[in-house]
This record gives sequence, C-alpha cells and structure tokens, in this order.
Amino acid sequence: MEETEEDKKDEADYKRLHSFPLIRHSDMPEEMRIETMELCVTACEKYATNNESAAKMIKETMDKKFGSSWHVVIGEGFGFEITHEVKNLLYMFFGGSLAVCVWKCS
Amino acid sequence: ELKQEFTRALTADNPHTPQNIVRYSFKEKGYKIVDDMDQTAIHLSLNGNLIPKDSDEGRRQSIRSTTEAGSHCCVFLQAAGEGEGEAEGEAEEAAAGEADEAAEAAEAAEAAEAEEPPPPKAPEKKLANQFNFIERAAMTHHNTLRESACQTEPTPSLNFSANVNQWDIYDSYVEELEKIEKSKEKEKSKPQTVKREEKRSRRRFSHVEPQHGDFITKIAKAAKIAERMVNLNTFDDIAQDFKYFDDASDEFRGQQGTLLPLWKFQYDKTKKLAVTAISWNPKYSDLFAVGYGSYDFMKQGQGMLLLYTLKNPSFPEYIFSSESGIMCLDFNSEHPNLMAVGFYDGNVAIYNLKKATSQPSYKSSVKSGKHTEPVWQVKWQKDDMDNNSNFFSVSSDGRIVSWTLVKNELVHMDVIKLSAEGTTMQGPGGLQLQTLGCGISFDFHKKIDYLFLVGTEDGKIYKCSKCYSSQFLDVFEAHHMAVDTISWNPFHLKVFISCSSDWTVKIWDHTVKTPMFVYDLSSAVGDVAWSPYSSTVFAAVTIDGKAHVFDLNVNKYEALCTQLVATSKKNKVTHVQFNPAYPIIVVGDERGQIISLKLSPNLRKMPK
Repeated sequence: MEETEEDKKDEADYKRLHSFPLIRHSDMPEEMRIETMELCVTACEKYATNNESAAKMIKETMDKKFGSSWHVVIGEGFGFEITHEVKNLLYMFFGGSLAVCVWKCS
Repeated sequence: ELKQEFTRALTADNPHTPQNIVRYSFKEKGYKIVDDMDQTAIHLSLNGNLIPKDSDEGRRQSIRSTTEAGSHCCVFLQAAGEGEGEAEGEAEEAAAGEADEAAEAAEAAEAAEAEEPPPPKAPEKKLANQFNFIERAAMTHHNTLRESACQTEPTPSLNFSANVNQWDIYDSYVEELEKIEKSKEKEKSKPQTVKREEKRSRRRFSHVEPQHGDFITKIAKAAKIAERMVNLNTFDDIAQDFKYFDDASDEFRGQQGTLLPLWKFQYDKTKKLAVTAISWNPKYSDLFAVGYGSYDFMKQGQGMLLLYTLKNPSFPEYIFSSESGIMCLDFNSEHPNLMAVGFYDGNVAIYNLKKATSQPSYKSSVKSGKHTEPVWQVKWQKDDMDNNSNFFSVSSDGRIVSWTLVKNELVHMDVIKLSAEGTTMQGPGGLQLQTLGCGISFDFHKKIDYLFLVGTEDGKIYKCSKCYSSQFLDVFEAHHMAVDTISWNPFHLKVFISCSSDWTVKIWDHTVKTPMFVYDLSSAVGDVAWSPYSSTVFAAVTIDGKAHVFDLNVNKYEALCTQLVATSKKNKVTHVQFNPAYPIIVVGDERGQIISLKLSPNLRKMPK
C-alpha cells in the first residue's frame, strides 16, 4: 500500500516534469502551430479543472483568428477519428496527462 | 326702287319644299292642292349596322359569340369600325371574318335600335359602343432568364485518428526527455524537438537517398566490365585479328609487308582537333594517351587529353580537357599514373590519373616560368637525388627547361638556351641580342644520361649535355626545314633518326656529321618512331596519309610497306607510335581519330 502510494507520488512527480507542451502530430505551418500551442497552454492552465471551458475558449479564439469552423477536444483518455482540412490540425500533450486535439473542418 | 322693303320671315319650313304640289284626288274627281307637306330636310344620313337581337342574323351572331372564348369585346367594336367602311387591317382574322358578315348584315338592315344588354346566361361581354376604340397591346421584350450555378471545390481534408491514453502520454514524454538529453550531450544547437515529432515520413526520405548514391557507384565497376564485354563482342573479329591473325600472304610478297587496320578510336568532342601526341603507358601495355590540340596558328581552341585502352575502343577511359591545345605528352616510367603535358600557350602540367579530377594536379603559370611559345615536347627524366620527379620541355622560345616537382609545386630551371649561331644582333644601345632558335623536338639518350639531342625549326640538330647550359657539344646541319621528330635507336646506342617537313627521314650516327641513310618520302614527314622489338625497324608517317615501315636489315633503300592509313584524302596523319608489347602501331590524324594497325609478319622480323 505504501509502496503504491509512493509510486503514485513518483508518477505525479514525473508528470510534473513532463508538463511541457509536446506536439504529437501537426501539419500546421510553423507560426500557426506556435500560436495555437500557446493558446492551448493558456486555456488549459486557466481552466485547469474544467475541460469544457478550456475547449470553448480555444475554439472561439481559433474561429476568430483563423476562420470557422474549429473543433477542440481536451481530455485524458479518448480515441478519435476525424476529418480535418489540410494544414489545420494540431494534436498535442500538455500537463503530463492532458491531450488536446484541435482541427478545422467546415 | 332700292328703298323698297321686302320682308322675309324665318320659319321652320323647309324653303326647298315645293308649296304647290297638286295631287289628283279621286274622291272629288279633281286636282287638289296638298297642304301639309313634309318639312323635314335630311342633312345627314348614316347607315348603322345594328341588327335586332331577335332577328335571324342577330340570333346567329349571339350564338357564335357565346361559343367563342375570351375577349369578344374587340369583335363588336371592331365590327363597328369595319362598318365605317375604313378597314385598315388591324383586326384579327377571326374578327375580320365576323366583321365582313356584320358589314353585310348592316347593308341589309336599316334598324337603329340599340342593342339590349346581353342576357345573363351569356358570358360577360363588353357593350359595343359607337365610338371607335381599338385595343392594342404591346409587351416589351425582356431578356431570357438563364440558370447558372456554381460550387467551389471543397477545401482539401484529411482524416486523422488517434487514441489518447495516459500511458501513451507518459511514454511520449519519456521519449521526448531522452531525446533532449541526447541532443544536449552531443551539444547540438538545433532545436529539433518540435520537428522530430512531425512527419516521420521525412526520415524515410533521407534514408532512401544514400542508398541511391551507393547504387550508382556499386554498379560502376560492373558496368565497366560489361561495357568492355560488349565492345569485345562487337569488335570480335578485330580482336581475333589482333591476337591471332598473321597475314599468310606475306610469304608470297617477298620482303613486302602490310599493315592490317584494327580498331579506330574516336570521340565526338575531339572531331575538330588534331592528334598532337601519342604515348603508351609503360605499365599497362594496352593503355595509351592521346593529346589533342591544333597545329593551325589561327585556329587555336581547347585541348583534350584522352586515354584509351585497347579493351574498349568505343569510349576513352579518362577524359581531361584544357583551355589550350595540348602539344605533347609523356608518361612517367616510374610513376605510370603521372603524365606530363605541354600546351600550346607555353604551359606545362602534370596530370595524375589516380585522382578523379579533370584538372591537372600541377600546372605551370606565368609566375613559375612557363614558356612563351608552344611547348613542343616534354620528356620525363629519372627521379633526381631528392627523389623528385622531373621532366624537360622544349619550346619555340628557344629554352629547354627542366621542371621539378618539389612539394606540390613545379619549379623550373632553364637548362639551355638555344642560341642560333652567328645571329647576334645589334640591339638599341649597343646591346648584343642573341636570337634564340626554336626547339621543336628532343630526345634523351637511353644510357648516357646527360646526352640529348634537340631539333630546331631551321633544320639543325644540336647535341647537348645537361651539364653545359650555354654551349652545344655538336651541331648537325640536318634538314632544310623544321626537324619534327628525333629519336635515339633503343638498341643501337650511337644511332638516331630524324624526320622533317622537308620530306626526308635521315638516320645518323652521332659521331658522324653526315647522315648514314636518307629516305625521301615524297611528302612532309609528320613523325617517325623506332620499333621496340628490333633495332632496324622503324615507321614513318607522312602528311598525305601514308605510313611507311622500313627494315634496314632487309632493305636499306626502300620501305617494306607503304600503306594509306588515313580515312580520307584530306586527312593528314600526324603521329605514330609503336606499342611496346604487341605488334601494333597507333596512328593519329588531323580529325581526332586514332587508327591502330597490326604489323604483318614480314615487318616483325626479329634480328638474330
């Protein structure tokens, strides 16, 4: 029991170490990618407890900046299959346990 | 009488009615004056065309009008118009027919009764009136409508799928950290962390390319062997001749021999250039080098240096090109990969065959003392005491220069200046100028190291020594024109041969001032060469395209073989060389072609 608790703490520590934003897959142009990544990081930090609000913030900002219509999914465990417009997809990890998928499809 | 007054009274009576009309009255049996006359005067009478509704014609018309559809209002009105008698053709045809009938009915009838309003059963009709209304309709032309539709192409889209799991996230973070650590260890400053996650397909691309490069180099050697095999097959009969054919008819020819043509070597880029030098490689007896340039003073262009091998007659093994025409070349006997080359612009260069570049390894320049005139001949010497290779060059500027390859540089040293005897001129200011003779060819003695011969443009041959730089050992008044080639006999140490544009070939003993043998070949002699297998056999080529082979042992006065080797009459043959190993000679001509010929047995007799 104690060991598992310690393990969990270690894991938590590891995740904190790994909390930098890590882009897993993206086909956006460089500038767009960086902007979007920073937006996602800001949103997730702001609404750390509420994924829906974070996603809402990201989606609305993306719509304003890059046109309609964007879709955002934030979560810790899900599978997905999406159709996205070419050069408008970002799939990244953040905060050690969050995954964010942002794509555009009208 | 003018004042008489007449009274006239206006009455309603018609003044034109007669007042005294008498009629016979049967009652009184006499004429009686009629009193009341009709006073009406008709001023205007018009025939109307109204027909009583109940009459036949009226009924007929009303029936017809009820069966017709729609706008009958026009019909009656137009009928009224027609009845006026002014048909102007504006009526529709149906109405026109009716109008005619109405006109007829009007002529027949006299009634002026107004039509009663139509019975309520009949559809509503417009009341006809006596005014002349004509309905006329018009409609503006409007453009036809056309449907047009368009749809933009949908933006390109791709599908993407993934699974998000906690362990996946964890793993990728761990990987990422490892990569960062590695890159920090290697001290690379490239920020590749972001880019590495993307586009793994890019990595695949970079792997493909080096394989592609290796592929070409691996196949190069195999391709070369294959090329040689193909050539061997193509030129199979020539190869057979080369090896085995011995002209049997030589027995019947007495002493005469023949030259059997074998391969022809040519290359597109040298078609305009003349062969200026041929030399066999001392180590590989099938490899020979050919220098290309131009003898024409006006037409100086590029030069090329090609190395051919007998194993591949269709394409040269090595190709070097140079800015200036190549005039002479020589292989180094100790280092058979080095070739010394002399250019038309006076430079000399050394090419190294082991290096893959097409540029010479070492080249002289104006600073390093190049000749001011074309370099006509170069010859390697033995390595000097410091084991540096060195060679000599002779040029029209009258200098014989020794070049030494010292630590990657060519260092020159003037060995001798060819001063023309008896031609010291008085220059300005009392200076005595020496005009220099122009050296065209030279040859070094095989055994006696310091001894060499130089042939000049005015036909003299100087015997010189390397030790003495200003004086000659001896002078031979050899020819009337430039001495093109001089060559020591490889076996007979005192004998040398010289050929010239004055149509003669002369054989000398260097101790004797006059030639031992003189051959007049009826055309300017381009080149002469001793054979490597016999001390008495030599070959000469003349400008008219003939090759002459002599064997002094057999016939001292005549050639054993005189054969036309040039391909066309206009082609001048410039050089000839014997192959040190095989019984063939190689002849070069003005068009850049090299022809190899096999010597028939009569020409190959070895001395006993």
